[in-house]
Amino acid sequence: MRLRSYSHVWLVGVAALVSACRQPPPPPPTPQPEAPPVVQAPPVTQPVVQQPPPPPPPQPTGPTPEEIERAITTMKNTLTAAIYFDYDKSDLRDDARAILDAKVPLLQRFNQVRVRISGHTDDRGSDQYNMSLGQARAFAARRYLELRGVDPSRIDIVSFGEERPSAMGEGEESWSRNRRDEFEIVAGANQIRPTTE
Amino acid sequence: MIQFRRLLILLLATSAAAAAQSDAGRSGVRLALEYDAGSRPGLAILPVRGANGDSVRAMLQRDLDFGDRVDIIGFDEMSLPPVSGTPNYDLFAKLRVSAIVQATVGPDGLHIILHDVRRKKSEQVMMAPLAGMALSRDWRMSVHAASDAVEKWATGVPGIAATRIAFVRDRKIWVVDSDGAFPTVVASEGGVSPAWHPNGRSLAYARLADVGSAIVMRDLLTTAVTQVVGGTRSGTYDAPAFSPDGRYLAYAYGIDGTDLWITDLGAPGSPRRLTIGASVNTSPTFAPGGHQLAFTSGRLSRAEVYIADADGSNAEPLIVGSFGDQSYRANPAWSPDGRLIAFASQIDGKFQLMTSSTNGKNISPVTSESSNEDPAWAPDGRHIVFTSRRGGTQQLWIVDVESSRMRQLTHGTPAKSGAWSPLLAGRK
Repeated sequence: MRLRSYSHVWLVGVAALVSACRQPPPPPPTPQPEAPPVVQAPPVTQPVVQQPPPPPPPQPTGPTPEEIERAITTMKNTLTAAIYFDYDKSDLRDDARAILDAKVPLLQRFNQVRVRISGHTDDRGSDQYNMSLGQARAFAARRYLELRGVDPSRIDIVSFGEERPSAMGEGEESWSRNRRDEFEIVAGANQIRPTTE
Repeated sequence: MIQFRRLLILLLATSAAAAAQSDAGRSGVRLALEYDAGSRPGLAILPVRGANGDSVRAMLQRDLDFGDRVDIIGFDEMSLPPVSGTPNYDLFAKLRVSAIVQATVGPDGLHIILHDVRRKKSEQVMMAPLAGMALSRDWRMSVHAASDAVEKWATGVPGIAATRIAFVRDRKIWVVDSDGAFPTVVASEGGVSPAWHPNGRSLAYARLADVGSAIVMRDLLTTAVTQVVGGTRSGTYDAPAFSPDGRYLAYAYGIDGTDLWITDLGAPGSPRRLTIGASVNTSPTFAPGGHQLAFTSGRLSRAEVYIADADGSNAEPLIVGSFGDQSYRANPAWSPDGRLIAFASQIDGKFQLMTSSTNGKNISPVTSESSNEDPAWAPDGRHIVFTSRRGGTQQLWIVDVESSRMRQLTHGTPAKSGAWSPLLAGRK
């Protein structure tokens, strides 16, 4: 009984690490609006957690508290990983879909978690148009998660337009970092733990 | 005004030789029009006697200069006899001065005598009370109001010195006088998209909060803040715009897209939606009569300026088709005289201001250097405050669309999203 529960812990940890490793490094290099989309990761059709993990070796002892903490951090990082957009666009790129796919099993497992998605833009163009564009970007992510079974009432969506850049300066390097959705856990974070039953 | 035009033509006729020389090579000089290039009336402002006379004179000179309807004529004050009594009209006429402003600061305010040089007589005497402590914000505003009255006497149109511009700096709402003095933060909470109530006393803006954005109104006298709409967990409120009568507030709100809404400020709580569809609709601006509005819409997958009836019906693009490499037109601002719509358009990856007539014809560039956005009209319908990156950082600049003359309004920490107040003369 005790052995079984810890192997479950180990499984969840591995799954989270696998999904974390699959995240493409943000931001993608200089995607021009006209250029063909830079595919950062192959489209993921199955949630990552369902991919067959390597069989767990027998564990005479359970994971250390540090290992549990690391697994929690990894899962939180997966839930809060940002996604990025092309200029003046709110449709999801393949790399964004892959990042969202990795969030789905965690959102389903931890059903007390509430998330706020905030849409952001680069600072080119009308401030007010960008405020609306940020809202459309946040909505696009929530809609994608909803279509994969996540209750949308658990997700708040807002826009900060170009008001809260994550990178300063002119040029595609910083612009591409600012065209993003940020994900924040606003409730239920305590539920995010390796399963122990 | 008619009187003045006759006077001006006389002046130009008598100094035709000088005019021909100085205007050689200039285009657009037509004697029939008073305010074309090179034909603006010349004003001389005499040294101002009384307390803080130098400050008053400097303000009058600068206000009238910024108004772009008169030429302030400098002169060698040392060669003039002491300024008291009647000016030497012949001497000023030789300097191409059409009108002389003779002001004195007295215990009850600013006395101004306006002299018509051609007629060699004083035409009008004005008394302008000065509010507050000398050199204070209120005191300066009352001097600005005197400048505007002088400009009205000289040109028939009041100036815009007694105005303020609201703007965004550090994600907060600020207000600055039209000459750049007293930049002051008015709301410590985060806010964007300031808009003036037509009464000049209140500002609406979008409050940006981590949870629940909203449109709020702030009374600048009492500092009372009231929420008009908003506070929901999801969705974003932005882009408030008052109807010209101040009764309605249009704004942008949405979750899956952004639509224009309008609410009756006398009966808030029952807003009506003006646009429908999961698209971007924002930046409403009313026609001066209030019967139409222009706005930005992304309904065709790119930002474009539309015009619709005030109830949202009959929406049509302002400009049909694209021209050049413009792919993005946004931030319309309807001029107070109703004739023009200013907007920002993307050209070669940068944004430039343009104006067009309300039927989308007569498109005219306003800026060409650097990148420029967010136009807002002054009450005179010829000056525009806008955000520009010329000079390195985002700052507010002012352009006179008739002469293309520009000046920088804000300095220091970046500033953007300027909104020009109505005339504030007689108000605090």
